[in-house]
Amino acid sequence: MKLLTPTVLTYLKVLILVATVPAIVGFVIVFAERRLMGFMQVRLGPNRVGPKGTLQGVADLLKLVTKEDLTPGQAEKAVFFLSPVLAVIPALTALSVIPFGPPVKVGKVSMPLWVAADINIGLLFILAITSIGVYGIILGGWSSNNKYSLLGGLRSAAQLVSYDVPMGLALVSLLLMTLSLSMVEIVQRQQATHLWFVFPGLLAFFIYFVSGVAETNRNPFDLPEAESELVSGFNTEYSGVKFAFFFLGEYTGMIIISCVAVTVFFGGWLPPFPNVPAFDFLGVIPPFVWFLAKVGFFIFCYIWFRTTFPRYRFDQLMALGWKWMIPISLANILIVALAILWTPGRTDGLVTLSWIFGGFFVLMFLLAKLRQKLARRDRLAAAPPSAQV
Amino acid sequence: MNDEPISQAEKAAAIGTAERARSAGEAPTLFDVQEMELNFGPQHPSTHGVLRLVLKVDGEKILEAKPDIGYLHRGTEKLFETETYPMGIPHTDRMDYVAAATNNHAFCLTIEKLLGVEVPRRAQLIRVILDELQRLSSHLVWLGTSGLDLGAVTPFWYAFREREQILDFFEEYCGARLTLNCMRIGGLPFDLTPGWIERLLEFVDDVPARIDDYEQLLTDNRIWKNRTVGIGVISAEECVEYGLTGPILRGSGVEWDLRRAQPYECYEELDFAIPTRVNGDTYDRYIVRVQEMRQTVRIIRQCLDRLEEGEIRGKVARVIKPPAQEVYASIESPKGELGFYCVSNGTNRPYRMHCRPPSFINLQALPRLAKGHLVSDLVALIGTIDIVLGEVDR
Repeated sequence: MKLLTPTVLTYLKVLILVATVPAIVGFVIVFAERRLMGFMQVRLGPNRVGPKGTLQGVADLLKLVTKEDLTPGQAEKAVFFLSPVLAVIPALTALSVIPFGPPVKVGKVSMPLWVAADINIGLLFILAITSIGVYGIILGGWSSNNKYSLLGGLRSAAQLVSYDVPMGLALVSLLLMTLSLSMVEIVQRQQATHLWFVFPGLLAFFIYFVSGVAETNRNPFDLPEAESELVSGFNTEYSGVKFAFFFLGEYTGMIIISCVAVTVFFGGWLPPFPNVPAFDFLGVIPPFVWFLAKVGFFIFCYIWFRTTFPRYRFDQLMALGWKWMIPISLANILIVALAILWTPGRTDGLVTLSWIFGGFFVLMFLLAKLRQKLARRDRLAAAPPSAQV
Repeated sequence: MNDEPISQAEKAAAIGTAERARSAGEAPTLFDVQEMELNFGPQHPSTHGVLRLVLKVDGEKILEAKPDIGYLHRGTEKLFETETYPMGIPHTDRMDYVAAATNNHAFCLTIEKLLGVEVPRRAQLIRVILDELQRLSSHLVWLGTSGLDLGAVTPFWYAFREREQILDFFEEYCGARLTLNCMRIGGLPFDLTPGWIERLLEFVDDVPARIDDYEQLLTDNRIWKNRTVGIGVISAEECVEYGLTGPILRGSGVEWDLRRAQPYECYEELDFAIPTRVNGDTYDRYIVRVQEMRQTVRIIRQCLDRLEEGEIRGKVARVIKPPAQEVYASIESPKGELGFYCVSNGTNRPYRMHCRPPSFINLQALPRLAKGHLVSDLVALIGTIDIVLGEVDR
C-alpha cells in the first residue's frame, strides 16, 4: 500500500486518461460519428474493417500515422510544427479535472479516485486552459502561408474569442447556484439540493451548449474549416500526424464540452432522481456508466447537428454571438440571482424558476412550429392551385 | 447586408494603404495589404467543376470576381462540322453532362427543323418524359450540391438517392446512365422496355413525398434562410439585359418558359404551372427549382396517360443531306434556354453549328451578383446559377 502514494496515484490517473482518451476518440467516436451519419443520410457508413466496421478507427489512425508529413516550403517551420501540439495539449490537459465518478471511501478517507486532479478552481481551469487551444488554430492557419488557411485561422480567432464570452457568462449564472468551482463539489451540490442545475439553468444550458458547439468548430459553426468555402481552412496544409493532432484536439474539445455540460448541468455521475426512493434501482448502474452515457448523448447531439444544419455565415455567426447570446446570458445572470435572493438559503426560488423556464421553452417550441406551418400555408397559397402537388 | 456596391473611393483607399506601406520601404505583409487576390478554383470543391474565379477581396468582402473559363474546352462546335449530322448527337451528351437528354433533344430538334421532319406522337411523348426525368435529375443534382456548398450535407444524399433511381430508368431505356445518346434525328432509337412505364409511375408517385423531405430540411430552416434570402438579388430587367434564362429569370418574376412560350413536341396540350417568385434572390431561385421538380411529376404523369402504341421514328433518309439554309431551335433545358443554330450547305455535314448554352450565358451574371458579398456567399451564388462547366466551356 505504501507504493500508492497520492503522487503516484495522480501519475497513474493521468497516464490512464491520456492513454484512453485518444483511443476512445479514435475508435469509438469516429466510428460512431461515421456510422450514425451514414444512417441519418440513407447510406451505410464504414462497415468493412473488422466486425461491422468497428476497427475503422484503427485503420484511419494507421493511415494518418503512415502518411507523409509534409511541410510547405514557404511555411514558418517552427510555428507550423508547434501549432498542432498547441491544439491538442490544452484539450487533453483540461480533461484532468473532469470527475468521472464520486469520491471513493478508502478506510476513513474519501479519495477522489475518479478525477485526476480535484482542484478547487476546476471550472475556471477548464475555461482557461481550453482557450489556449485557439492559438493552435490561429498559428496553424497563419504559419501555413496559404491564403485560405489564413482566412480560416482569422475566422477561428474571432469566433472562439467571441463565443468564450457567452459561454463564461452562462457558467457564471451557474456559479450562483453551485457556490463552488470544484467539479466534484458542483455534482455533490446538485445531489444536496435535489436538483439538476439544468432546470433552473435551462437558458444558461442552451447558451452554453451552442457556444460549446461554436468553440469546437463543429457544424453549424464550422467556419474555420468550411470544406466548401475554405477547403478545410486552417488545416489545409497539414498532413499525417500533425493533422491527426488537430483532429484529436477537435474531438477532445467535443468531449470536454460534453463533460462540462454533464457535470455542471446534468448531475455528473448521479443517476436520474438520485434522492427519490422509487428510483433507487437506477443506482445499480455504476456512476461511471451514468456519466459516460450522458456524455455519449451530447456527442450524439454533435453528430445530429452536423447532419441537420447548414453552415452559418461569418457575420451572422458574430451577430448571433454578440447581439443575442451575450445580452441573453447577462439577463440570465440577473434572473437567476433574483431567484436565489427571493428565498435565501432555500431552493424554492430555483424550483419556481425551473417551471417558468420549462413553460417558456415549451411555448417557444410551439410558436416556432406554428410559424413554420403558417409559412408553409402562405407558400402554398402563393402558388397557383393547379401547381400544388 | 453588404448590398452596397464598393465605390471607387473605397477601392482607391484600400490600394492606397498598400502603396504607403510599400513606399515606406517595408515589404508589405499580408496584414498591410487591404486588397488580396484570391484564386478560387479551378481545383476548389465548390466551383462545380473546373471554374476558376479570380477574386479581389478585402478581408472576406468581394470587391471583384472574374470568372476564368475554358479549362474544359474541347471544341465541340468545331467537332460538329467535321462529322455527319447523326454523329453530332453523342457530342451533345458531353456538354451539359448532368442533363444529356435535353441536349440530345435540342440538337435533334434543330436538325429536324432543318429537314422539316415530323416526329411521331409516341416519340414526342417519350421525349417529353425523358426530358422531364432529366430535369428532375438535374435539379436534384443542383439541390444536393448547392446544399452541400452551404454546409447542408444530408439533402445531398437524399437527392442523390432519387437521382440514382432516375439513372436506373435511363439505363434500362438506352443502356447508358450519364451520356445517354437517347434521341435520334426524327425520333428515338428504341421503344420502351416492358414494365418501364409501371415502374416509372410507381417512382413518380413517390417523388412528391421525397421533395417534402428536402423541404423539411431546408425551406423553413433559419440558417438556410439566413444564407440565401437577399443573397445575389437580381431584378427582372437586369436578367433580361444579361440574357439570363431558366430558373434565374423565373426567380426574378418573369414567367418565361420555352415549354409554354414557344411549345415544342407536345407541351402545348399538357397542363403544368410555371413557378415564379418575385424577389430574385438565392432563396427564390431555390423555391422555383423545388416547385419545378413538383411540376415535372405532373408532366410525366400526363404523358404516361397519353402514351399509345405507334411509330417511334419519323421518315428520315439514311444519309441526311439537308438543303442549304440556316435554322435555330431551342428548348427549355433544366438550366434555361438551350438552343442550336445550324448553317447547312447541302452536304452531309453542318457548315457551322453554334450552341446557345444556358450555363455560359447565366455565368455572365456572377461578377454582378458576387460584388459586395462575402466569400461564403460566393459559393451560394455559384450554386444558385447552376452551371455545368462542360456546357460553359464546350
